[in-house]
Amino acid sequence: MTSIGPPVLEVRNVSTHFMTRRGALKAVDDVSFTVGQREIVGLVGESGSGKSITGFSILGLVDPPGRVVSGQILFNGEDLLKMSPSAMRTIRGKRIAMIFQDPMMTLNPVLSVGTQMIETVQAHDKVSRAEARARSRDALGLVGIPSPEERLDAYPHQFSGGMRQRVAIAIALLHRPDLIIADEPTTALDVTIQSQILFEIKRLAAEFGMALIWISHDLGVVAALADRIMVMYAGRIVEAGKVDGVLSEPRHPYTSGLLSAIPAAVPRGEPLRPIPGFAPSPLSRPSGCAFRDRCVRATDICVTEPMLEIAAGREFRCFHPYLWSAA
Amino acid sequence: MTVFVIRRFLQSIAVLVVTAVIVFLGIYAIGDPAEMLISPDASQAERAQVVASLGLDKPLWEQFFTFTWNALHGDLGRSFVFNRPSIALIFERLPATLELTLTGLVFAILLGIPLGLLSGLKPNSATDEVIMTGSIFGFSLPSFWQGMMLIMIFSVWLGWLPSTGRGPVGEFLGLHSSLFTLDGLKHLILPAINLSLFKLSLVIRLTRTGVRETMPLDFVKFARAKGISERRIVFVHVFKNILIPLITVIGLELGSMLAFAVVTETIFAWPGIGKLLIDSIMRLDRPVVVAYLLVIVSLFIFINFVVDVLYSLVDPRVRLGDAS
Repeated sequence: MTSIGPPVLEVRNVSTHFMTRRGALKAVDDVSFTVGQREIVGLVGESGSGKSITGFSILGLVDPPGRVVSGQILFNGEDLLKMSPSAMRTIRGKRIAMIFQDPMMTLNPVLSVGTQMIETVQAHDKVSRAEARARSRDALGLVGIPSPEERLDAYPHQFSGGMRQRVAIAIALLHRPDLIIADEPTTALDVTIQSQILFEIKRLAAEFGMALIWISHDLGVVAALADRIMVMYAGRIVEAGKVDGVLSEPRHPYTSGLLSAIPAAVPRGEPLRPIPGFAPSPLSRPSGCAFRDRCVRATDICVTEPMLEIAAGREFRCFHPYLWSAA
Repeated sequence: MTVFVIRRFLQSIAVLVVTAVIVFLGIYAIGDPAEMLISPDASQAERAQVVASLGLDKPLWEQFFTFTWNALHGDLGRSFVFNRPSIALIFERLPATLELTLTGLVFAILLGIPLGLLSGLKPNSATDEVIMTGSIFGFSLPSFWQGMMLIMIFSVWLGWLPSTGRGPVGEFLGLHSSLFTLDGLKHLILPAINLSLFKLSLVIRLTRTGVRETMPLDFVKFARAKGISERRIVFVHVFKNILIPLITVIGLELGSMLAFAVVTETIFAWPGIGKLLIDSIMRLDRPVVVAYLLVIVSLFIFINFVVDVLYSLVDPRVRLGDAS
């Protein structure tokens, strides 16, 4: 899907640091990207690469001692970082919604599903309880929960993991937001349920014209879903572009390494080639390109910071990108 | 729910029977009440006559059998000292103790929960430090010492509040309590505070721990992501989760407050059952001691039952676990 009009979200040079006793921990380091209207963007990276923190930074939900130290987050042209807490609250859940990773933990165990939905409606719209309840019921029906009217009175423990994630999606949909940030929403689910939820979210995003940031470590999921992909490593976006291009002709050695570590992508009989070493601790990142210690193509120049290169709709940070015939 | 109630009821009877045996044997071992009751210059014949009239000449098993038989008919024996049914003595004084403990408990809850919330929401702040330090004092200074200090400060030095006894009793909606007269209230304040200081510290710490454990959970963050106000997150989302451990502990503590109001009642000469117990133990007034302990055990059982019911009301997982 191509985006028309101005982007919904523009993240400009955002850095989120955690102030620890051992110094500032740069969880997100000078990250910039845009999300167009109705666009589905996949944000991919290993654990600890800063992809979830990027999502929380947008919503202003980074827990202390973390905080967004610099940059701009323009949502429909307005800088979210300059908003007062109360103004920010009117954006959260209303214009930007979020779906979390573990559906077993995101719903309050002692409040009924109905209560947790109705409060979300009433937090933003002045409507009667009956009206809020009706809207909640409709949202549950929309995400494919059978007999939604009765299920409103049920408690989270009476739902399976997949059903709870559907409830979380229904809550995210209550106000038909412009943007949904989905933080690994299928990771904790069975494979069969995963594909159902994937399909459901893709359908609903298209139906309501919502943009979607899909945070995941699963390249396969992102390939099936997203229009564009951003690969994050050690707090930075190292490569970004159209899904097909990035996955078939990766320019950055890290992206290439990720691809050859996926069992399904490697031809049968050939060994998997895991990336050697571990992602660096955010406290002791190597200078220059953070990937150079693990990179097969690294040379002396990699101790300096690679600039972002933009070529043919692709962005990457590397001195030694892979060259493909077209490039 | 019905199965739960029946099972609970049968358990309670077993507990009562076991307590009765232990208490009866224990009190038998303490000493011979005849020594306390009969004047030293009584003749041998008089002595034998008194012992026989109290049934103390019978073998132990027969005394226990008589006691159980009478207990089943609602008679827990007559006080040797007052020559009145011991159960009547206890019920006469129970309201004073109930009034004292309930006031103390309400005080501990009304003050403890807000202070605990304040502490837990701003951990390691100056407010938190002050509250936590205060609660350490509440925990560690002995109750009798706190009581004496209260008397010294508020009765002796400042002269604001009376230090002993229960004030006049007023009537309101058929209830008799010193809560309903000004002077009665004045008498109640110091002992109630004394009794509640320890519980107050406990409630503060429980609430604080609960807040600190619940705030980082995903559902709190999700509630924020939904745009719910911080106020509602604290008072609905977090508070309802904290309520589960709070109810459990407060319930148990109410029982122990009733049973161990002894110290406070002694210091403030409060005419409750705690003071009655101490007096009765001193005089080896067996029937009163036995009746007291059985009443307390029954109260404990009842409170625990109420706690379990409340628990299932607050926690939906418990509610449904029972039905299936």
